[in-house]
Amino acid sequence: MTLVFGVPLVAILGQLMLGLVNGSFYAMLSLGLAVIFGMMGVVNFAHGTFYTLGAFAAAVSLSWLGIGYWPALILSPIVVAVIGVVVERLLLRHLYMLDPLYGLLLTFGLALMGEGTLFQFFGSSGLSYPVPSVLQGTWNLGFMILPIYRGWVILVSLVVCFSIWFVIERTRLGATLRAANENAPLLQAFGVNVPLIVVTCFGGGVALAALAGVLSAPIIQVSPQMGQSLVIVVFAVVVIGGMGSILGSIVSGLILGLVEGLTKVIYPEASNIVVFVIMALVLIVRPAGLFGKE
Amino acid sequence: MRRTLPAYLAVGLFALCLPMLGIYPEFMMQVLCFAMFACAFNLLLGFSGMLSFGHAAFFGAAAYATGWLATAHHWGSVEAIVAGVAVATVLGFVIGALAIRRRGIYFAMITLALSQLVYFVCLEAPFTGGENGLQAVPRGSLFGIVSLKSDVSMYYFVLAVFVAVFLFIRRIVHSPFGQVLKAIRDNEARATSLGYDINRHKLVAFVLSAALSGLAGSLKGLVLSFVTLSDVLQSTSGLVILMALLGGSGTFFGPVIGAALIITLQQYLSDLVGGWVTVIIGGIFVACVMAFRRGIVGEISAFVERTAGTG
Repeated sequence: MTLVFGVPLVAILGQLMLGLVNGSFYAMLSLGLAVIFGMMGVVNFAHGTFYTLGAFAAAVSLSWLGIGYWPALILSPIVVAVIGVVVERLLLRHLYMLDPLYGLLLTFGLALMGEGTLFQFFGSSGLSYPVPSVLQGTWNLGFMILPIYRGWVILVSLVVCFSIWFVIERTRLGATLRAANENAPLLQAFGVNVPLIVVTCFGGGVALAALAGVLSAPIIQVSPQMGQSLVIVVFAVVVIGGMGSILGSIVSGLILGLVEGLTKVIYPEASNIVVFVIMALVLIVRPAGLFGKE
Repeated sequence: MRRTLPAYLAVGLFALCLPMLGIYPEFMMQVLCFAMFACAFNLLLGFSGMLSFGHAAFFGAAAYATGWLATAHHWGSVEAIVAGVAVATVLGFVIGALAIRRRGIYFAMITLALSQLVYFVCLEAPFTGGENGLQAVPRGSLFGIVSLKSDVSMYYFVLAVFVAVFLFIRRIVHSPFGQVLKAIRDNEARATSLGYDINRHKLVAFVLSAALSGLAGSLKGLVLSFVTLSDVLQSTSGLVILMALLGGSGTFFGPVIGAALIITLQQYLSDLVGGWVTVIIGGIFVACVMAFRRGIVGEISAFVERTAGTG
């Protein structure tokens, strides 16, 4: 058996794979945060709650309506996005001209309300969600054993994240989005419906969080507090990557997941805090973030 | 000050007589501790324009330090409190020095993330009792002379500390240093161009606020005789923001009113509605941000000014 730092190589690869799965979630969530922040200057504290809602929407529609994994993968992001759009139209929209801190505070309040309500209905133990039958089992890659579902999560996340990056950075639609970010009144003068773009971006970012929630439902226990600590880690990821950059948020999400996995092998006690420590180091060396410009 | 003096005297008299009025002293002490915490937090948010989302780290770390020294090492109350404040001060220096490298929204996220780090350390460190926290923290005595065991003597001790902190914060804000802080809050670029060292002022304000938050946390640990993980939790950071916001950030008395309202709400509502308290607190947050951003005291004084102006 090959040993690295006195640890079997298979164990390291296993943890790295788990880290990459976590990194996929970080990437999807921080990408959504970055899109929302870029478009409306709001840091969405409720992002973790939308992630939780996505998982609950999948779990509840399975147990109440018998809707399976595959339809849920599409349906629950749509349902959660509708909730997000209602929030944007009713509440957030009125805060755009104010200090961005008010958006953070509002969404913090909304997160408390959402998580508190879920807690009242489902308790802290939550629900479990089965792995869909097609994706059960494992693949033997020779150097490691890969559970198929985890491989699927990584694949979906990479495809979705990089498609979004492509759309925003390389297409005409993306150019319009970036223009709305740069100078909204001017774009509006050209006859583009900017409020529609804003609400679409918010809905899209929220749907991305919900998709991450559905993907994670079979891996972790679906519980009201699943998004609570995740959102703080994602905030740290965003500070490390620099919030202005789409690619930066994806790449730093994936890398930090890997680093966290590696820490679990080398020094497990620090695995919860390694992201925050890295954030502190980045702030000392490069306050604007690795990919940020300031 | 002259106009508000009668109000202060009335509140002071009320606070002095409270143990005779039959209000549960432990509840009042909790209100005072959180009011102190909210005032310390407001020194940063209201008077320096920095929103910290991680103030529970200072509150909780100081409470743990005081609780651990008093329980495991039998330190006297005053010494343990001083040690707790020292821990909060050092922590405030480290977190503050990192956080002031960014502004606004990033500042909030950095303080939140670093306080989560403190939370995990408290969860896993050997001396914090993990999920159980520290139980049966002795209240001790003031230098072995006055015992703090009875609720009434503890109440007057907490009240005295609170009044001292309140006046100290007033003094800071009205000092030349406080004026510079306000200038930085209102227009950082101009304050820089006037030659002020922005970062040093911000850091000093942050450390002061952290130290006073720690004092509140240490006292709270002694008052309730236990310290738990919820003292360092992100939700406590959120709660203190709400207290300042609801009462009126940037006013002296607002955070006190906010703390009194929120603690009362938590105590009495949780019997009535159970877990829905969290939802209600979230709702108050939303209402504050949407409808009255100046807070209760801020809105009242704005109203008074408006009517005085027309009349």
